[in-house]
Amino acid sequence: MSIRFWLAPALAAALLTACSGPSADQAARLPILGERDVRPNPNGGPADTIFATAPAFKAVDQAGKPVTNQTLAGRAYITDFFFATCPGICPKMNGALLSVFKPYATDPRVAFVSFTIDPAHDSLAVLDDYAQRLGVTNAARWHFVTTGHSATARDTVYGLAKGFFTAAQPDKEAPGGFAHNGTFALVDDQGHIRGLYDSLDANEVARLQKELPVLLAEIAERHPQATAAQ
Amino acid sequence: MIGRCLGLGALGVVACLSLPGCFSNNRHQGARLYAEACAGCHGDAGQGLGRLIPPLAGADYLALHRAELPCLLRRGVHGPMTVNGVLYNQVMPAARVDDKQLSPARLTNLLNYIENNWGNHAAPRTIQEVERQLTACPNVGE
Ligand code: HEC
Repeated sequence: MSIRFWLAPALAAALLTACSGPSADQAARLPILGERDVRPNPNGGPADTIFATAPAFKAVDQAGKPVTNQTLAGRAYITDFFFATCPGICPKMNGALLSVFKPYATDPRVAFVSFTIDPAHDSLAVLDDYAQRLGVTNAARWHFVTTGHSATARDTVYGLAKGFFTAAQPDKEAPGGFAHNGTFALVDDQGHIRGLYDSLDANEVARLQKELPVLLAEIAERHPQATAAQ
Repeated sequence: MIGRCLGLGALGVVACLSLPGCFSNNRHQGARLYAEACAGCHGDAGQGLGRLIPPLAGADYLALHRAELPCLLRRGVHGPMTVNGVLYNQVMPAARVDDKQLSPARLTNLLNYIENNWGNHAAPRTIQEVERQLTACPNVGE
């Protein structure tokens, strides 16, 4: 529930951003989400603001390739948490993410990362089959990743889910044995989380589709050469 | 649904709104059950999802396995299954709404809805027919 609670201010911030400028394409900036740290400047100048970043992770995707924050640095990426045998919200969630993915299927400026919350079952072969069945053929564009087979892999991914502002935990009562909600997180080239979206709400998915290009434009401003080279 | 009710004239509207058992409400119930219990997986228009979830719109499976469908919905289904020539192999849970399994009447309305929507056409089912088809269906608990 705290997740919902958290989403409300994020949503409000996003709405405010969207409404603040008459020319949306010019000044619109997505908020940086998460707690920020203000550090007094030892030299007496203005204080430094340290913005929160997405949690550090080390995972392996359906092609057997490592995926870390460094793999994705310099690009935007979108995360969600799912499991291959999920009878609950996953089909709707990943169906929604597929609709966001399609126009960017060959666009290197943005990557998609789906973490399995059932690493014990979802081997690389299972993840690969899931990706193929969803219609995702290039693992480098949409990574279906696992935090591995160690005893702690599950705890690792639950912690990551929390860090990406979604909830995942085992729950005997929940369909498929896991309770989780379907929050997408949009992360920028520097690792800051810039948007959270409820995948089960079509309006929220539409908002992600609108805000992703806003973020890509901001990233392009930061890396003029990279854009020119494309 | 509203359009259909309006078509009946003002009296019809009142009847549709006030009588839960009114015939057009049965169609309405099928649509409501679908939205609640099925659309998350099979899609708002029965389109399915890649090779993970089979479609209902235009699915040859519906006609080929017509008599088995009440039991399929009541018990859920898993294992390899071919729909329109595509092999699926996932898990569909037993249909439940408000944490209860669906009565024969609700199953009838739901099946009539999916079998006569999104370009699908099939003879309407009766509750008696569905009840009969459920007699051989192992119960999954109320
Ligand atoms: C959790 C996702 C999920 C939900 C919810 C769900 N289904 Fe399914 N459905 C599936 C999957 C997956 C299959 C294929 C199962 C297999 O591979 O053995 C399937 C198969 C079917 C089939 C047979 C194949 C076809 O496409 O014609 C029918 C009919 C069907 N579902 C109808 C329904 C109806 C009606 C509901 C709502 C009561 C429903 N399903 C709810 C996932 C789901």
